[in-house]
Amino acid sequence: MNQKVNRLKYLTDGIIIENPILVIMIGLCPTLATSITAKDALGMGIATSFVLICSNIVISAIRKFVPDSIRIPIFIIIISTFVTIVDYVMQAYAPTLYRVLGVFVPLIVVNCIILGRAEAFAYHHNIFDSFLDGLGKSLGFILVIGLMGIIREYLSQGSVFGIAIGPKFLISQPILFMIFPPGGFLLIGLLKAFINKFIIKSETFE
Amino acid sequence: MGNNLLLIFLAAFIVNNILLMRYIGLCPFFGVSTSLTTAFGMSAAVLFVMLLATWVTWIVYHYLLLPLGLVFLRTATFILVIASLVQFVEMFLKKNFKTLYSALGIYLPLITTNCAILAVTFLVINYRYSLLQSTIFAIGTALGFALVIILFSAIRERLEFAPISRAFKGYPIAFISASLVALAFLGFVGLFKLTL
Repeated sequence: MNQKVNRLKYLTDGIIIENPILVIMIGLCPTLATSITAKDALGMGIATSFVLICSNIVISAIRKFVPDSIRIPIFIIIISTFVTIVDYVMQAYAPTLYRVLGVFVPLIVVNCIILGRAEAFAYHHNIFDSFLDGLGKSLGFILVIGLMGIIREYLSQGSVFGIAIGPKFLISQPILFMIFPPGGFLLIGLLKAFINKFIIKSETFE
Repeated sequence: MGNNLLLIFLAAFIVNNILLMRYIGLCPFFGVSTSLTTAFGMSAAVLFVMLLATWVTWIVYHYLLLPLGLVFLRTATFILVIASLVQFVEMFLKKNFKTLYSALGIYLPLITTNCAILAVTFLVINYRYSLLQSTIFAIGTALGFALVIILFSAIRERLEFAPISRAFKGYPIAFISASLVALAFLGFVGLFKLTL
């Protein structure tokens, strides 16, 4: 019973309490750069999640054969293999998305969340736990990047996933600021302040 | 030709600034920019590694991967080349520049997962730059990184003593300051007609 609770914790921790972006503050670059519209944000979220979950599983499966001293290069090779898969699949089946995300697709390989989880979790846990951990962190990542995409798209174009909703003035007088980098920085600053205020009550943040 | 190089340099340096306009390399940006000394050290390390990495990956791509039809291996190759370069720089500094090493020691491994380095090596390939153009692009990008990180560390040193509400302390106020600095850089957009 106790073990079941623990396993569930691996899954749920990543979503809010250990959210990779807003609590641990890693993987910021793709979050800010690809959250201009909800669709791009979701595409990036799914691509990163695929790499994170697969690399977690593979690294956990081979963890007993990997010598300690050369583990980082091995992790990087495994991660870049999956990134290459994503790169070519996206190029073939979602060329528009691929063009929008551009250089950020190969950059998934240096997303600190993936290497961080490989090193901190998958290297020491069994396959199923690593899968749960990857899934939880992925959901946390998708949650934040998707939320930012939705907010930024709504404020700058008056639509969500390309469907116009709400008051007309956002379409005729869009807040273009939100498309540009300053808007992204401002939004993530406000989200982080919100998390600090309402989620992390204690002394843990500086 | 010279004009073209100047444009590439200015575009990489200011207009498409890697940190504020492209959002690449943000982790070290927020991690290291807390004091002026570490910001200087990190910028120097990035400039050095970025130049070397651009040269090596450009040569590897054009003379090894392209003729052999192994372009699909570029992600893995580039990241491995960069990782070994960083290792080399670390050993070099440890032997020859003890003081710099003690200041930068903990940040150098972080450069491996610094997206800025990998991003430049990819962008240079995507834009089909020659080796000279790539060099100029890498120098411009690294100087742009240095400019912003040093400017920003001065701001953050002041923020340390500013009265800030509890929820905004630390990262949130840093993001909001970054937003204001980025707004200033947004003013440079449209300065040149860039055909990238």
